[in-house]
Amino acid sequence: MTYTDTPDPRRAAGRPAPSRPGRARTGGLRRRESTAAAAFLSIPVLVFLAFVVLPIGLMAYYSFTDYDVLTPPSWIGFGNYTKLLHDPFFRIALKNTVIYTLMYVPLGIAVSLGTALLLNRRVRAAKYFRVLFYVPVVSSTVATASIWYWMLNPQRGLINIMLGWFGINGPAWLYDSNWAMPAIVLMSVWAGFGTNMVIYLAGLQNIPPELTEAARTEGANGWQVFRHVTLPCLAKTTLLVTTLQIIGAFQVFDQAYVLTQGGPGNSTVTLVYYIYDRGFGALQMGYASAISVVLFLVILVVALVNAGLVKRTGDR
Amino acid sequence: MSALTTSPTTSAPGAPGTPKTAAAAAPHPKRRKPLRRRVGGLLWWAAAVLVSISTVLPLLWTLSTSLKPAGEIISDGFRLLPRTFTWGNYSNVFHTVPMLSYARNSLLIASAGVLSNLFFGSLAGYTLAKLHLRGKRILFSAYVGSMMIPSTATMVPLFLIMKQFPLVGGNDLAGKGGGGFIDTYWAVILPGAVGAFAVFFMKQAFESLPGDLADAARIDGAGEFRIFFRIYLPLARASLAVLGILTFQAGWNSFMWPLIVLSSPSMMTIQVGLAGFVTNYATDYGPLMAGTVVASLPVLIVFLFAQRWIVEGLATSGGK
Repeated sequence: MTYTDTPDPRRAAGRPAPSRPGRARTGGLRRRESTAAAAFLSIPVLVFLAFVVLPIGLMAYYSFTDYDVLTPPSWIGFGNYTKLLHDPFFRIALKNTVIYTLMYVPLGIAVSLGTALLLNRRVRAAKYFRVLFYVPVVSSTVATASIWYWMLNPQRGLINIMLGWFGINGPAWLYDSNWAMPAIVLMSVWAGFGTNMVIYLAGLQNIPPELTEAARTEGANGWQVFRHVTLPCLAKTTLLVTTLQIIGAFQVFDQAYVLTQGGPGNSTVTLVYYIYDRGFGALQMGYASAISVVLFLVILVVALVNAGLVKRTGDR
Repeated sequence: MSALTTSPTTSAPGAPGTPKTAAAAAPHPKRRKPLRRRVGGLLWWAAAVLVSISTVLPLLWTLSTSLKPAGEIISDGFRLLPRTFTWGNYSNVFHTVPMLSYARNSLLIASAGVLSNLFFGSLAGYTLAKLHLRGKRILFSAYVGSMMIPSTATMVPLFLIMKQFPLVGGNDLAGKGGGGFIDTYWAVILPGAVGAFAVFFMKQAFESLPGDLADAARIDGAGEFRIFFRIYLPLARASLAVLGILTFQAGWNSFMWPLIVLSSPSMMTIQVGLAGFVTNYATDYGPLMAGTVVASLPVLIVFLFAQRWIVEGLATSGGK
């Protein structure tokens, strides 16, 4: 960290007496403050540079190399990227990740907004329900996966027992390549909706009550108030939540690793799972880096587009 | 009477005044709630209870399974209250895998993360909020921007940085020759030692404190670190508690990174151990659920005690 003391323009212009003891002391204090600030930031900034900035640069570099950790990396230009284009497993992983995202994001938003609307009442019980709704967020993804592994058991799991009450013969879930991914989506929504519910609740509480009251006195029904007052007021929150959801969805790994190990029939191999498999299973660090770059760029584009949208809605 | 006392639960948002204060101010004639509103209230309760069941029942069922003997899990798996209670699954899981030493490792890693994030996160957050320094806005934007970076995308290069860290774990200055930080707790602790979220969160907290406390202390000749440590840090207690709990949860629950950088069985964290149990003893539901309970209990207990602050702290930082 380098630091230079800025001469305060106000001081320079307004008071042509820098030699006055009081002034000089203020300047000294300022300088001392800046020195302390630089010292305070040194370790956090070092950590940031070493473990956040440097990996991004290295990721780009390794993606152009062939590197198995044991022998030094060798430069192969766009070799990894051309390989990606023809890699059927990469295509499967990308497809599975997109399918997961397309199921998880809308469902997750519907559930978190729905539960937030439910709890947005000036009622004491709402606070207790909020805790109960939030509880799944607290447990780890591994514990959640383990719980759902049991719940999704085809014969004795809670879900198929309950489906049986309604005469439905539940699928084999994690053992069925058509149902494994929906099962993981269901589990992830259950595990994660609490966070977004809380964000939505904060957004709902920022809507001035006069707005909804005015709409009601003009004869709008519940749905119309929601559609034309509540939802537009939540536009910014929704964009934030959507961004977080998409970023999270593209990185799905834990559940797929614990529950299905990518199976059955590769139906739950996700992008991050494939990065893990190539990098730490096959020791193809260069190739894994190239997949990482793709993942990084996809998420970057999503984040930037959404940031742009947030700005536009903010300007309106 | 019933119409008045039950009204807090059945009133819609925006219902005029709270009935209690209205009744206290002027005893006005009893009004029956319109039927529609009462039905609405009933539906609200039904929906809220239903969602609560769906979030809590799986956890209760896990607990119940963990306390049942193997035979009962198969024959009477749905029963929530075990016919015969047994601790057998717990002793089983502790004997098959060293769950307790996994828990101790996780506790160590999570606690180190908490201490480091509280201290350095506060230090950086305080500096960015309160001290004069050129370029601090840019630094803050970099921190906020970095929260959008997918951590999974950089795990391969981060692993290589850890492996080739100079002068540690048998490495020379060029980072060759040894394993670096791999298979040590440093590999887990260091990358998350000063999280962007901690800096962001503490900056928000310090910004809400007045600046003239520092000015007064400076006139009295107090050093900058003393001002931070003795004056401002104690004032941010509430935020520190929230950040501490969230960091602990994240550390205790983290899975993928420890899975990658820790290899020897004695170093395993509880989540990695539990995941191994799922894959290796997949049909042993009793011990599996016992392990799940052990792996979730600490964070659940912390959460139940501190839920109000956690949920509200999350709402304020997430909503901004």
